[in-house]
Amino acid sequence: MSDFEHASVVLCPAGPMLLRGKHEILDADGKVHRTVRPVSAVCMCGRSAIKPWCDGTHRLLSAGARDDEPTG
Amino acid sequence: MLPKSRGTLSAAVFTALQSGATADLVPAPESEEDAQVTLWALYELHYRGFDEVDPDLEWDPDLLRLRRGLERSFETELRRRWDASPLREAGELTDLIDGHDGPSLARFVQRKADREQVLEILRHRSLYHLKEADPTSWVVPRLDTRVKAPLMEILFDEYGDGDPNRLHHHLFRRGLEAAGLRTDHACYVDEAPVEVLALNNALSLFGLHRRLRGAALGHFAAFEATSSIPSRQLAQGLRRLEFPDEMAAYYDEHVEADSVHEQVALRDVCGAFLEENPSERDTVHLGAFTCLDLEARYAHAMLTQWGVS
Repeated sequence: MSDFEHASVVLCPAGPMLLRGKHEILDADGKVHRTVRPVSAVCMCGRSAIKPWCDGTHRLLSAGARDDEPTG
Repeated sequence: MLPKSRGTLSAAVFTALQSGATADLVPAPESEEDAQVTLWALYELHYRGFDEVDPDLEWDPDLLRLRRGLERSFETELRRRWDASPLREAGELTDLIDGHDGPSLARFVQRKADREQVLEILRHRSLYHLKEADPTSWVVPRLDTRVKAPLMEILFDEYGDGDPNRLHHHLFRRGLEAAGLRTDHACYVDEAPVEVLALNNALSLFGLHRRLRGAALGHFAAFEATSSIPSRQLAQGLRRLEFPDEMAAYYDEHVEADSVHEQVALRDVCGAFLEENPSERDTVHLGAFTCLDLEARYAHAMLTQWGVS
């Protein structure tokens, strides 16, 4: 029986980067953030209020982008 | 303690639960509220039970027959709402979740709610938050490997990653205590409006029936995917009203945790489940819709009660 696909780093389309396992992230200000969960989500849109972690803000950005699309 | 009865059926059932004489109960509720509070108490036998009820009654055949009757009516109503929804046309689960539009209690708390209104919401929410994720845990043994592992990945986080101090029930209990509220299990059930009882009962219905495991997963994914941003709004509202930091911290935790859980629940849990069980699509979507619809009904009821919608 073959094993299941199980990446430890996952890039979610229009969303965060998932990190499985223990990691230390050095942010732009030189501060280290340690993961505390089995999986952590790292902000990739740059707009999170709790960087380096994702806070779901990308959903508002993509919703806004959709609203701007011509509907007719 | 058993809840207060809300009609003839719940009165008869709660008396029978204390005496053990369960043989002659007939599932004929006099109202939706009577049905929901009865169902809630019968489900509670499978969680923590009640001090005054013999634990052996959890598997009493007469109570199970009665529960089954109430569940059938409830499930029929949930399916009727789903059949009538334009969201039936949604292609993907994410389309359904993004396409749902309902009133937001979190936005109201963030900007306008007063302290009493927020305390009322917290008392209502305590019914679920003090057993958060427990109904979904019923589903675990009913899943195959590829779906079971990512669901456990999320549930482990809900349960504090092995640290009781980070377990979500505990975080909420600390928040309640700091806010001057009671913290014992289900202590505010008598204040819960019928919409809150229905929210809790839908979780137990989906969680306890293997046949509805897809609905439990869909419900879970929809809940997680609509949690981060409202949690931030709730935390902001709590800080605006100068609630103790322990209460806002519960919602801070959900901003961060549910950003992760959303991705895993949609992709690795529901995505994998649907790949392996394509015929379950409608059941998964029923679960997701039911989560969003019952939340919207609760929000609508509260905003109407307060005269803001």
